[in-house]
Amino acid sequence: MAEARGKTLAMGQEEFRAGRPTVDAPFGNTLKELGLERSEIVGLTADLGKYTDIHPFRDAFPDRFFNVGMAEQNLIAVAAGLARTGHVPFATTYGVFATRRAYDFIAIACAHSRVNVKIVAGLPGLTNGYGGTHQAIEDYALMRMIPGLVVIDPCDATEIAQATRVMADYDGPVYMRLLRGSVPIVLDPVEYTFAIGTARQVRTGRDVGIISTGFMTERALDASAILATHGIAVGVLHSPSIKPFDDDAVAEFAASVDRVVVAENHVSSGGLASLVAETLFNRRIDKPLLRIGLPDRYIECGSVPTLQRRYGLTPEPIANAILDFCGGQGMSSVRLAVS
Amino acid sequence: MAPRNLPADQPPVSFLKTKARNMRRHMLSMASGLGQGYIGQGLGIADVLAALYFHEMRYDPDDVTWPGRDRFLLSTGHYSIALWAAFAECGILAVEELATYGLDDSRLEMSTLDTTPGVEVIGGSLGHGLGQGVGMALGLRRSEFGPRVFVELSDGEMQEGSTWEAAMSASHFRLDNLVALIDCNGIQADGAVVLHMEPVANKWRAFGWDTVEIDGNDMDQVVNALHGARSRNGKPKAIVLRTLPGKGVPTLEQREKAHFVRVEPGEWDDLAMELEMSDG
Repeated sequence: MAEARGKTLAMGQEEFRAGRPTVDAPFGNTLKELGLERSEIVGLTADLGKYTDIHPFRDAFPDRFFNVGMAEQNLIAVAAGLARTGHVPFATTYGVFATRRAYDFIAIACAHSRVNVKIVAGLPGLTNGYGGTHQAIEDYALMRMIPGLVVIDPCDATEIAQATRVMADYDGPVYMRLLRGSVPIVLDPVEYTFAIGTARQVRTGRDVGIISTGFMTERALDASAILATHGIAVGVLHSPSIKPFDDDAVAEFAASVDRVVVAENHVSSGGLASLVAETLFNRRIDKPLLRIGLPDRYIECGSVPTLQRRYGLTPEPIANAILDFCGGQGMSSVRLAVS
Repeated sequence: MAPRNLPADQPPVSFLKTKARNMRRHMLSMASGLGQGYIGQGLGIADVLAALYFHEMRYDPDDVTWPGRDRFLLSTGHYSIALWAAFAECGILAVEELATYGLDDSRLEMSTLDTTPGVEVIGGSLGHGLGQGVGMALGLRRSEFGPRVFVELSDGEMQEGSTWEAAMSASHFRLDNLVALIDCNGIQADGAVVLHMEPVANKWRAFGWDTVEIDGNDMDQVVNALHGARSRNGKPKAIVLRTLPGKGVPTLEQREKAHFVRVEPGEWDDLAMELEMSDG
């Protein structure tokens, strides 16, 4: 009998959460708290309020929320105008539309003058099944080329809540990738503190060091647990700040491990892997480097679990890739079952 | 902070015409110093800028960041020559600084950056001005001062889709504190307008704007249109300006309709004389 085929869904990566607790709409609920504290905070969307988790803010402050319709250039332009009158606008859409449609507006209307606009971009990388039109697989490569723009890719509900507050306090333009809906808690809200420009080590181990961003840090931690059963000690450095990039922390971490792995929910060129490679080269750190990420092509439609497995973003394929990478140490014959 | 200009003030039209002529003198001087430039567009928009900076707008030339000021957004950054002339004439800039127009390290660039005092947004990436004006009008509507936002844009800019995204949202948000000044001078980078855009006024009406169409070089019509745009009736205001590139200098008015006018070195004195002889 044929195996059941996955159904294409806009979202759905619940099965990879390893039983972690979740928080509903951590971005929108934090923004609503901020809205109560600060009257200058306003919200905007381009017809994706529900789908970018900004609805708690919209419902609490209807007179401070502006839906401009399906018009992403205008979304960013209007946000820039609001910022220039002393407001702190949070503008939401999907990453594909923010970056591909509104690039010139982010560059000139926002970043050129460090205008205080916060862009919150849903469906980062391979987190939906709608193919190239909706999968922002190259967004932070595009965004990190813009001078003066802060670019962040949070891991979980803890970090989204913290980053939303940090963005509101930071005076300047920011692009944040958004995980929406029920978002797992991976980082301990008491122990962990997000800061722009800072990477943090979230697991220690010297055989292999994984440098990861976004939800790939969750996957890296789970892959590390698998690898531990094979006697491989894996450290994980979480780097949510793509720009500014914490190259000091990356250099120190890379120097402390035998092999370096980069894991990102993004094409493997132009993003985190390129940043790490530049850092290793600039600091003369000669370590084997494995890049785990998306290929240089558009990805098909499909169910999220199927696609994430197919493209190696789930714990077992990550662990297998690292086992192969460590083949020189006699582990190449070990293979994990991939369902 | 006491603004120098209030809409209630009613200077005679002859005063505004004098200001426009002074601005045109500044522009010819700037362009002749550089030997080239967007002089055609600048001369064409001079009357509107004179009416804004010496009559309609509320602002303080000694404090260009005063929060209660009306905003003027020059979306067509390459019209900067006209803005610098207006700034010098109203005292935001010293007249002597105009001699640095377009020179290395000058604050008076050939396309506006917002680092120059009095410039509200970066112009020049066309199609950016109106959307930012919508955001400012939304933001200022929440303030106690009730300032207004004037956005200059060009006929060529109506070919940018973002202009219409902004136009649609302005009427949706009922931004009656927003005035679009659409400079229809009939030229763009490749020469005479390359894409059929008429009827311009009806397009703005169809997007929900209170719209008038006037001769943008007739000061009486300009002042009356600006007065009409004061109404707080829940609708944004569009003033379609038919302007003549090179206005006031007959040789430039008749020259081939060019986006970037080239003038021979020996011609400038004659052009300055033409301005003094004309009624522009």
